[in-house]
Formats: sequence, C-alpha cells, structure tokens
Amino acid sequence: MALTGVQIFKLLPKTNCKKCGFPTCLAFAMKLAQRQVSLDACPDVSDEAKATLGEASAPPVRPVTLGAGERAVKMGEETVLFRHEKKFVNPPALALEIKDTDSDDVVEAKIQDVLGSEINRVGQLLRIDAVYLSNDSGDAGRLGTLAEKVAQKAPDVAVIVGTENTDAAAAAIKPFNGKNAVLYGATEANAEKMAEIARSAKAALGVKADGLEALSSLTEKIKSLGVEDMLIDPGAGSAKEMLEYNTFIRRAAIKKNFKPLGYPVINFAQRSDALFESLIAGLGIAKYASTIVISSAEKWKNLALFTLRQNVYTDPQVPMQVEQKIYKIGEATPDSPLLITTNFSLTYFIVSGEVENSKVPAHLAIMDCEGLSVLTAWAAGKFTGSKIANFIKESGIENEVNHRELIIPGYVAILSGAIEDKLEGWKVTVGPREANALPTFLRSAAA
Amino acid sequence: MAFVPPKESFAGRVFPVTIGTGVQQTFGGENTLPFHSFEGEIPNRPLIAYEIQDVSPEDWPETVRKVFDGVSGDPVTWAKYCEEDLKAKAIVIRLVGTHPDSKNLTAEDAARTVSDVLGAIKVPLIVLGSNHVEKDSEVLVKAAEAAKGHNCIIGKAQEANYKTIAAAAMANGHKLIAMSELDINLSKQLNILLTQMGFDKEKLITDPMCSALGYGLEYTYSVMERIRLAALAQNDAVMQPPMLADVGMYVWKIKETQAPEDVLPEWGSLEERGIAWEAMTASSLLMAGSELLIMRHPKAVEAVEQLMDELM
Repeated sequence: MALTGVQIFKLLPKTNCKKCGFPTCLAFAMKLAQRQVSLDACPDVSDEAKATLGEASAPPVRPVTLGAGERAVKMGEETVLFRHEKKFVNPPALALEIKDTDSDDVVEAKIQDVLGSEINRVGQLLRIDAVYLSNDSGDAGRLGTLAEKVAQKAPDVAVIVGTENTDAAAAAIKPFNGKNAVLYGATEANAEKMAEIARSAKAALGVKADGLEALSSLTEKIKSLGVEDMLIDPGAGSAKEMLEYNTFIRRAAIKKNFKPLGYPVINFAQRSDALFESLIAGLGIAKYASTIVISSAEKWKNLALFTLRQNVYTDPQVPMQVEQKIYKIGEATPDSPLLITTNFSLTYFIVSGEVENSKVPAHLAIMDCEGLSVLTAWAAGKFTGSKIANFIKESGIENEVNHRELIIPGYVAILSGAIEDKLEGWKVTVGPREANALPTFLRSAAA
Repeated sequence: MAFVPPKESFAGRVFPVTIGTGVQQTFGGENTLPFHSFEGEIPNRPLIAYEIQDVSPEDWPETVRKVFDGVSGDPVTWAKYCEEDLKAKAIVIRLVGTHPDSKNLTAEDAARTVSDVLGAIKVPLIVLGSNHVEKDSEVLVKAAEAAKGHNCIIGKAQEANYKTIAAAAMANGHKLIAMSELDINLSKQLNILLTQMGFDKEKLITDPMCSALGYGLEYTYSVMERIRLAALAQNDAVMQPPMLADVGMYVWKIKETQAPEDVLPEWGSLEERGIAWEAMTASSLLMAGSELLIMRHPKAVEAVEQLMDELM
C-alpha cells in the first residue's frame, strides 16, 4: 500500500540537510508520496527505511526495458487510467512475430520488414520495436537456429523469445545474453526453470497464467525466485477479454497499488486479417498494453499503428508543436501564395490539409508560438505584427518568392496594418477565419 | 495477496436514443465505460451509419469514391445501394450541395432529396447540412419538415444557429445533433442552451467534433472520454446524450488517405492505408465513448463491426 507523506517522513533522517534539493525532510516526504522524486535523492536514508520505502515508493507499474542500445524501449511506469489525467508514459512496443516454422524467405522478409519499418512523423522516429520468436515447431533446435539467424541479421533489434519449452528457451535466449531480451512463456509448470534461464541471460520474464488470480500468484512466486523484471500476459483470447483484463490490471496496479500485477502487459493481437489485426492492436495501444505482438507489418498498417500510438501517448497538457519553418505544399513555385499561421500541431494539420485540398501549391509559413492556436497566440502576444515581420524577414522567404504578399488568418485581421508597417514593401491579405474556407479562397485568388 | 477484480459501477447512464419508424435502431443506454460489459450494462451496440450526399462525391478520393461508382450520381440509388447491398443499419445524407461554394442548391431542393430518399429506404435516416452556419438554418428547417414523422436525426446545430434548427427538429419529431468545437465546456454549454429552449435532452446527440487519426485524434479522444466520465461518474445529465463520431468526412480529406504510393512508398498501399485510417479512427473513438459513427468505406465499416462483435 502507498504510504502518506507523514508516514514516509517518520522514516527519513529528519536532518533537513537539503541535499535532496528540498528545504525540509517533510517537503521531500510529500514529493515521495506523490511519486515525483526518487528516494535515491536522500544520501542519508537508512537501509531499513530504504527497504520499507523502496517498496512503497516504487512506481505502481514496474519499469522494464526491452532491448539494448539505441533501439531499447522502456515499458511500464504508467500512473493513470485516462490520458487526460496525466501523460501516458511509455508507448507500447510493437513486436512482429517470426515463427520457427517460417521458411528462410519468410524469416528474411520479416526481418527486413522490421528493419525497414522506420518512419519519421512530426519529428519522431517511429518503428516496429521488436521481434517475437515463436516456437511453433515445439522443437528446441529449430527455435535456437531461428534465434541465431535473427541475432546475426538484426543484431540491434529487441527480441522476445516465446516458448514454454525450457530446452528451447535455454537455446534461443543464448544469442541475446545481456541484451535485455524477454523470455516469454513462464507458467505454473515451468516457473523455476524459466526463472533460472532468465536470470542467467539477464532477460525479463514473460509470465502467463489463466486468469488474473492465477497470474498474480505466479508473479509472486517468480519474484521469490529472484526475477524482478516481468511482462505479464493475462491470456486474453478475444478483444473483450483483452479490454477486461488490461483494465483490471491497470486499475489494480494504480488504484490499489497491487504489486503482483504491477508489471507491463503483453497482448497478442494476431488475427488472420491484417486490417482487423490492426484494430485489435489499436485497442491494445488505447487500453493499457505495453507490448503488442502482431503477425504482419505491412507499411500501411505500421503507419496507422504508429500514428495512433503517437496520438494516444502525447502529453495532454503540452500542445503538440510543429517545427518552425516555411513548408512547401504541392509543387510550390516562386509565384505561389504565402500563408502564415502558428505552430500548434492541430492548426498546422488542418491548415496544411486544406491548402492541399485546394490543389493550389503554396508556401505555408509556420511560426513558433509555443504550440498555441492562432487566437490564443495572438492574445498571449506571441503572434504579433512585429514578431511576424521578424520571422518573415529572417526566414529568407524573400529570396524564394517573386511577390510580396502575405496571407494571414482571418481571426487576426487586426494585425494587417501592424505587419505592413514593420514589413516594408509587403502587402498583407486577410484570409478566411476558418481553414475549411481556404480551398475556395485560394482557388479564387489563383483564378 | 488475493486478487479481487477492481470493478467500478456508476450512478449515471447514457440516454438510449431510438431512431427510424419502420426498421428502428437504438444506441446508447449503457451505464458503464465503452464495452465494459464486465462491470455494467450495455443494452445497445454502437450504430454505424453509411454516409451519402445529395451531389456526386467529386471531392472524395478515388479509393472510396469508386466503391459507389454507378450509384453515387443519385442520392436515392445511392441510399438503396447502401441499404440493400451493403446492409446499412442507418444512412446519413449530407446536403453538401446546398453550400454556397458548392452547387448552392436551395432548401427546397434539399427537402425534395430528403423526401425521395426517405421514400426509398426502410432504415433510419440522419440528415446533415453542409456546415454553412447561415445556409444550414434554412436548409435544415425545410429538410426537417420534409422528414416529419420519420423520427430522423437532424444536424448539426451549432452555437451560431441552434435555435432555428432545434425548433425545426422539435416541431417535426426528430432527434438533434449538437456540435461544438473540441471542448467539453462548449459542448456542455450548447446542450444546456438547447434544453433551456425546451429541447428534450434525451433526444440529443452530442458531437464534440471529430478529428482524424494523426490530425488531432487525441483531442477528440480525450474530450469524449471526459464527457463520458462526466455522464457516468458525476451523473451529469447534460452530458448523458450519446456521442457522435463523424469519421468519414474528416478521414478522407487528409494526406494519408490520398498520397499516391509512388510519392510516398514508405506509407504502403494507398487503398489499404485509407481503409485502415478510417477503421482505426472509428475504432479508437468507439473506445473513447462514441455510440454513433458516420463512415464511408464498406471495408472499414466491416472491420469495425467485426471489432464490435469481439468486444460485445
């Protein structure tokens, strides 16, 4: 159970030494209770207090890292049930399944799918994060061979080894020793042996049981065997079970601080139809999965899944921003019109979408207004005549267009005089208030 | 430590809304979060309505327009195709042709189209204007009269024009969509204004404004979740009408549903990309709490229906 600030305070040294960065031990205790700082910040805490507090101050969902190096993905550490409460922390990893019964060509193609899955979207590099090696053959040797092939061809990609066969597990985890792989397939029947293999390979353990009651006693047992990092599988067969189990797991961890289920969740989304599979995986992204195993990674499907994951895991308190620059839309030429708006991502997306719809090539100047929308930025003094004029001058656009006409959003028509004053030789045209009127506006201006 | 499933139950409930006269459809009515049948009641499945228009869908991308080639030139033929061939459970007619920048069709033209479509189909009809604030108040008044007695949904009423549209819906026995722009407070305020003028809150559908995957979906998603939590946890009656996700219109105009494969090969198949985009946007908003969806591509509809089958 979570401790209150006062309970935590009693266990601290009460020296008010400020080494933790807070003025008093009580202030530090309060922050600890809210899980906003780590106990490590206190240099003088006793071992006894550490033991008591370590458990209580640990995040409700344990952080587990999948993979090593640049492609490592962090999972867990979630603190809320709904994204409007506070940012969802670690986006779920997508893992492409490769079976040890797949032909060499299929294995090769899937590895290429993963390696070639990277897409840059709104400044973030998105990709398939991991491969899931499944022991469909039931044969230890075949899984081991597959593991070696993957380790050789895609040495940086994170790996989940999936098998309940302990011989297969031991053989297949070997090439990933020390690389934060996950060994998935610990059950009531093989827990001891699997825990031993995972420990010696420094892998996290994927734990599977029927139902949440059985799952929680199994994680307790595995923890007592010395494995801390786990990924839990509630064994959902249908989307309905996935939603139910994932919801109960997240709630138990966050609202009840129920440690036996305070681990990242792995869901299996494989379906025979790629489109339907993407919707099941999408459900996992929205509803509390930390790893989602999929059976195919078509580019169109990746793009949709990456985008959903990016949307769901943005910080609701920080507006998404687009990079300040002058974007070319369509085959913009020096004669194409120049429009300006703010760098709030929603504004950018809507305005650029409507300019595209107009089929009139254009230059779209996106000005950094700290991610505020047009009216808010204007009201906050970030989208003013002189700032706009400076931006236009410094952008270098004067060398790229033949004309000197700037189209501003209708909502800030009031700025046109101020801009013309500061931006010599330029004519300011007031565009429509709403983006959806842009196609008509641009087409009639072009005609 | 023994595990007890941390179930939650709520005092509030979403109003059930029934539309149509011949074949009727009911959505809403649940007293729990979306698809949480493990801890509450979900008496009705969310409803997906097929979108048609009063004029040819010239501005729809080829990948979705071609599905309706041969039928989309005429709204009656188009509606019958949706009902008979696609097994539509409900149909939405969007009167885009009345927009001054489109064909500027008159309110009378719109009324005639609505009557003709209603004469040809059995499933419920939802009648939407062109989203031109002034023109909609004319068009939707006539359309609501033409649809009198058919128990349709009329929309969308916005802050700038709700009075005339709501009065027409009320006088002719229809349900009403109240649309505000991505803000829970604006949404609540509009519903209050409507009920203050005597519109029954149990005949409202809230449209908190849709956005496409990648184009602000997170805003719609969270506004919907917050509205649904207000309805259930705070038992806020003004927030208890079912919610609309007007998906197709927002999805099929963005780059991801249009950019050709030779321009962006890393995005994969254009056709499947578009369908996935519509289906993914729709299914995410279902999870956020929408009970009524407007969609275009049959394959996207089919996939979302299949997801609901697995969730119900």
